[in-house]
Amino acid sequence: MRIYADNAATTKVSPKVIEVMLPYFDKVYGNPSSLHTRGQEAAEALYEAREKIASLIGAEAREIYFTSGGSEADNQAIMSAARAGAKKDKKHIVSTKFEHHAVLHTLKRLEREGFEVTLVDVNENGIVKAEDIEKAIKEDTCLVTVMFANNEIGTIQPIAEIGALCHEKGVLFHTDAVQAAGHLDLDVKALSVDMLSASAHKFHGPKGVGFLYCKRGVVLKPLIEGGAQERGKRAGTENIPSIMGMAVALEEATSKIKENTEKLIPMRDKLIHGLEKIPHSRINGDKEKRLPGNVNICFEGIEGESLLLLLDAKGIEASSGSACTSGSLDPSHVLLSIGLPHDVAHGSLRVTISEETTDEEIDYIIKSVGEVVEYLRGISPVWEELIKGKREFILK
Amino acid sequence: MLYSEKVMDHFTNPRNVGEIENADGIGEVGNVKCGDIMKIYIKVDKGIITDVKFKTFGCGSAIASSSMATEMIKGKSIEDALELTNKAVVEALDGLPAHKVHCSVLAEEAVKAAVKDYYDKNGIEYDETKFCDGDCCHCSKHSEE
Repeated sequence: MRIYADNAATTKVSPKVIEVMLPYFDKVYGNPSSLHTRGQEAAEALYEAREKIASLIGAEAREIYFTSGGSEADNQAIMSAARAGAKKDKKHIVSTKFEHHAVLHTLKRLEREGFEVTLVDVNENGIVKAEDIEKAIKEDTCLVTVMFANNEIGTIQPIAEIGALCHEKGVLFHTDAVQAAGHLDLDVKALSVDMLSASAHKFHGPKGVGFLYCKRGVVLKPLIEGGAQERGKRAGTENIPSIMGMAVALEEATSKIKENTEKLIPMRDKLIHGLEKIPHSRINGDKEKRLPGNVNICFEGIEGESLLLLLDAKGIEASSGSACTSGSLDPSHVLLSIGLPHDVAHGSLRVTISEETTDEEIDYIIKSVGEVVEYLRGISPVWEELIKGKREFILK
Repeated sequence: MLYSEKVMDHFTNPRNVGEIENADGIGEVGNVKCGDIMKIYIKVDKGIITDVKFKTFGCGSAIASSSMATEMIKGKSIEDALELTNKAVVEALDGLPAHKVHCSVLAEEAVKAAVKDYYDKNGIEYDETKFCDGDCCHCSKHSEE
């Protein structure tokens, strides 16, 4: 048995998406910039995809820019807002401590270029408070960027509230919606967002394609220079098969949000209840305001990479925020941001299920995690000290 | 695959796991903050390591490195055990990924720490500079190759 429980990393491409993509490789393979019939067929398809995606998030077709994925969309949104801000002497950006590295590393780069960045704290449940964002905004703030849902702990942020206050203060607002698109309802108008990033492979679309929504009237500067594709905002011949696949994937996922949520939440909660019965463990992130498929838990006295590999040997494919999985000495910045000490953050496990996950698989995951945790604790000197009272438990 | 078959074998079926009551030497190195701790117990008879056990908190390669290191010193003299290098552990494991080499360093130091403890307990003199202080997070003695 092999159970895929790493859907926050990537998802399986839906059969319908693959079917839709195929003709664009060898039949409608024209370059949309070409004036001949084959080129114009591709151009029409591209327009349809743009319209479809726009209508699914409450935007207009001309507000959608296709990119190579979520990271590029995040980079472009932030760099563009920063360049536009600098022209008006506004060189301050507000974000949070637990953003994706596509955002954090772009902000670091801007800091080196002389921008000031305020990273707002998140609470122990992994939620940022809109009022804390408000307090961080200054006269010279050119951008607020807050993720829609966290990629590790799945917590959903008060995006509409933050959007409303940014608009009130006249500050641009970008959200990295990579984990949310196709899983939560997105309406850019209702959320008052100016820019939004999404990535197709997180909602059963192909890898290497995503989009940036940028509200009409908001200045967007290109990251990649070259041809006039994407209205001059993103050079490079369009990845038509993937874009077509992404549009259908988002349509399919969006149409199933209600159905999937109703199916996933009981399974997720069963997993949470089953796993938190393991002594000295803790669920990371708010249990209610979280993505329907996300479970993140820490176990004291063990290390996450060995947990992952032993689960893999049992056929379960999951993920961890342990330092060993990233090759650095520090565990996940997300887990540290919600106040977990290093010791405990090393023993984290992320299980992200999809609508294809079954009840039997949930039972098997609970049973297997229990066995592996017990085994690893049995060979852990840290666990030995904990149970002998030579070291104090952090997770009661 | 991330790891060689040898590493996976020693990780999933580690040799010499456990503790030794009344051990003649116990060495513990690492730091829970960095994500690995190794503890090695040795039993010594007439200068020969007759039994060795370990417990490790850490990633797959840390567990495999400790398992391999205990196999390599079991039945050897104390002097031979002190000659065990992290390189030898890496070779015996058919290699480790570059960012995991520190796990083998930890294994070498855990063995040395156990021997040092044995020396201390028995009043045997030794050269202090040959041993580390166990603070692996800030160790500059070993370079990661």
